[in-house]
Amino acid sequence: MTESPASLLLVLAVLLPFTGVIFGLLIGGRHVRTVALTTVALGLAVIGGIVWHALGTCSGSGTAIEYVLGGWSPPLGIRLRADGLSVLMLLAVAVVISLVSVYAHADFAPHDSGKETRAPLVFWLMLLAIWGSLNLVFVSGDLFTLYVALELLTFAGVPLVALDGRGETLRAALRYLLFALLGSLLYLLGAVLLYGAYGTLDIQLLSQVVRPEALSWAALALMTVGLLAKTALFPLHIWLPPAHAGAPAAASALLSALVVKGSWFLVLRLWFDVMPNVVTLSAAQLLAALGAAAIIVGNIVALRQLRLKLLIAYSTVAQIGYLFLMFPLAFGLAFAGMDSAPALTGGMLQTISHALAKAAMFLAAGLIYLTLGHDRISDLRGVAQALPMTVTALALAGASLIGLPPSGGFLAKWLLLSAALESGQWWWGAVMLLGGLLTSVYVFIIVVRSLAPAEAGWMPKTRVPQYQQMAVLALALSAFLLGLAALSPVDLVQLGRTPLSLLRGTP
Amino acid sequence: MNTATLFGLCASMLIGLGLYGLLTHPHPLRKILALNVIGSGIFLLFGAIAFRGAAAGMNADPVPQALLITGIVVAFSASALAVALLLRLFEVTGDVSLANEDPAAHKDTSKDRPHD
Amino acid sequence: MTPSLALNLALALLLLGMAGWAVLVRSTQAAVIGFMVFGLLLTLAWARLDGLDVALTEAAIGGGLTGFLLLGAAVRLRSVEHRATLQAPGLATRILAALAAGSVTLLLAFAVLTLPSPAPSLAPAVAENIAMTQVGNPVTAVLLAFRALDTLLETLVLVLAMLGIWSLADDRVWGGRPGFAIAHDASGILHYAARILVPIGVVIGGYIFWIGADDPGGKFQGATLLAAMWLLLVLAGLRDAPRVSSQALRLWVVLGPLVFISVGLLGSWLAGSFLGYPQGYAKLMIVTVELALLPSLTLILGLLIMGAPKREIGR
Repeated sequence: MTESPASLLLVLAVLLPFTGVIFGLLIGGRHVRTVALTTVALGLAVIGGIVWHALGTCSGSGTAIEYVLGGWSPPLGIRLRADGLSVLMLLAVAVVISLVSVYAHADFAPHDSGKETRAPLVFWLMLLAIWGSLNLVFVSGDLFTLYVALELLTFAGVPLVALDGRGETLRAALRYLLFALLGSLLYLLGAVLLYGAYGTLDIQLLSQVVRPEALSWAALALMTVGLLAKTALFPLHIWLPPAHAGAPAAASALLSALVVKGSWFLVLRLWFDVMPNVVTLSAAQLLAALGAAAIIVGNIVALRQLRLKLLIAYSTVAQIGYLFLMFPLAFGLAFAGMDSAPALTGGMLQTISHALAKAAMFLAAGLIYLTLGHDRISDLRGVAQALPMTVTALALAGASLIGLPPSGGFLAKWLLLSAALESGQWWWGAVMLLGGLLTSVYVFIIVVRSLAPAEAGWMPKTRVPQYQQMAVLALALSAFLLGLAALSPVDLVQLGRTPLSLLRGTP
Repeated sequence: MNTATLFGLCASMLIGLGLYGLLTHPHPLRKILALNVIGSGIFLLFGAIAFRGAAAGMNADPVPQALLITGIVVAFSASALAVALLLRLFEVTGDVSLANEDPAAHKDTSKDRPHD
Repeated sequence: MTPSLALNLALALLLLGMAGWAVLVRSTQAAVIGFMVFGLLLTLAWARLDGLDVALTEAAIGGGLTGFLLLGAAVRLRSVEHRATLQAPGLATRILAALAAGSVTLLLAFAVLTLPSPAPSLAPAVAENIAMTQVGNPVTAVLLAFRALDTLLETLVLVLAMLGIWSLADDRVWGGRPGFAIAHDASGILHYAARILVPIGVVIGGYIFWIGADDPGGKFQGATLLAAMWLLLVLAGLRDAPRVSSQALRLWVVLGPLVFISVGLLGSWLAGSFLGYPQGYAKLMIVTVELALLPSLTLILGLLIMGAPKREIGR
């Protein structure tokens, strides 16, 4: 356990964005964007400090960063805890948030009159709120605090879905809210059962006392189903495409790249950290089977879409599927007494590269829409002429989704594929390859259609500022070059983590 | 049967009732109401667990009771947001249906409607 | 059967009956009224489970405010009620839903019956540490000391929900007042109700807030009662809803969370830990936070009910 002044950074990572919300609301008017961008800059410094500190302990004591709030240690009090998984997620989210903020600079500018307008106020405050809630999800060590974090995340996401106020986006937002509320209630129900059985909500303490018995199974099942509804894993995905595709581009990027990762991360925490000795391999196989169905169905439906934004949203349905393939791979390896770390690293890389690539794709779709005045896939002529950087970004982000080297997606799939073969579960490898094939078809179609020359005399509907294109390209490049993380001298993922095989008591 | 078990079983049935209502009612307001029944069931279950934890001269474990107060407030804000969203949907579209399967609606969402 | 068991059994059956009514009855308005009765019965159940703090919260928020909110919506949506129920699911869906709900109930009932005995409890830990917080009510000690972070986050949940509701306004009326203008009718029943009830309600609300440190009660329960009195004034037309662009309103809304965070930071400076209290100053700091939260919570709870801005500034 490391409790140093640097640990206070965990508190700041959560509360700084929310303080930004408070000041943004208080000052309001045309200053909201300034408040938000200042908060983003300060927040980046905080996250930078946490990463710096984590890298330091990685080569030193190798323990997680902890902060006990108010000096009341668990089980009575609450502790924040950042292990390798938390630090990586904090970093990835900070990168996406800052680049989306750069992109949204013009889209959500204050009104010329200087009067406060609705959309910029809501967008900037909810961007900060999403950031704070996600950081809380990553660093909270208490199951009830995590419930509040889930609700914060939902309340920050719903207004973004309905930001443009049309009937169909309101309907999408209401459907999303109902799914999400049921999801968090089921999660809370599981947490209540765990408290009744073990008298604590602290993740570290629970992991030491949880026994594989009926109560724990019931709790794990209820919490997992609830979180899957919030993550939109097949067949609980029906709310996602209209909700993500109907929002403005910058909001879609936040929802699709980041918000769904919050509840996914909690599934990971529950299965790997709270109850690894309750999990059975067949339960993990079931989770991956849903993931496999998501990959196949999501990609096929994506291929049939006529509009770019809906295609990208269905691609998210498919990519969420990949995030659940790691479960039987890691547990399969641990059951066989082998090192499960590569499967976990692969899953984390998959999440992060999807976050970067999907944000890039939604933002690119936004620029294409501005340029053409529509986003029909059948008619993307002239896009490459008008937006060369954006089409490059689309191609790079697409390459990462497919899993071409040296992208983050490639390294992730490579690690997961090796884990599949090593643990004798080749079928999950086959699903991954098939998914990659389907993805490459639609990425290819989009890129080729955008390269087609425009009719003579065609003019873009709107001139897109250069910096917006650069923000998109930066996101796509980060996803594409993430594979180089394999060269990193430190293994941040395993910081402060006990190997799964030790937790399970197998040699 | 003791008090905690009795109310615990009652809570289990309330949660089931609410779940049934949530899954079968097409009207969003009834779904919101059903979510509140589920929520009340969960809170009652937690209350029963708190009551089982009576110790150290206290008639119930105060930690779950405090969490319950937080939970009730959070559930209320969720209902308020959902109701506001529903009323706005009604104002804008004149309808409260959540289904997209309506063929007429389907046609104009899948074709050329701008989404930005 | 002891009288106490008979009472509990009757209460449980009534709860199930009212919940069944609220879920199954055809008319939405009847369902909501059933739910409000259910909320009142639940308050009694809390009293039976020795949760007076929770009983107060449930009565004020769970039954009262939520019921009022749902009833208002049911009345507004009366015209589409028939159409909304037309798309009722078929028998197959009903059977599947019943199976899903039934298996969850069975799973939970089984879990309830296998809960360990003696039950694990944090009551001893609370008893051991409560002296340091200088408050007498253990629930308040949990809410504002041991798990103060949850309470801070909860106020942020309320702020976000309020912002989410505001975000549903039409762009043209942004900054305006929520709800529809209500003409003041000096002879109306609401006028008399407001004149008589509001002063009493404010006194009781303040009292519930004030005793919360040592007895059942506190900021949430007190704030809910005050919010209800505010709503009554608005409904009676004696006060208009505030403009959401009002600087003063926003200051009062964020005061609570802002003071809470500041006190937390003060703790990390003076007591060495965020949301920690230096020895001997716990009660002072807790009361400061509660005092700052009271107006913010009152306003936010009221605004959550009033809904999105509807009327332009100046109209």
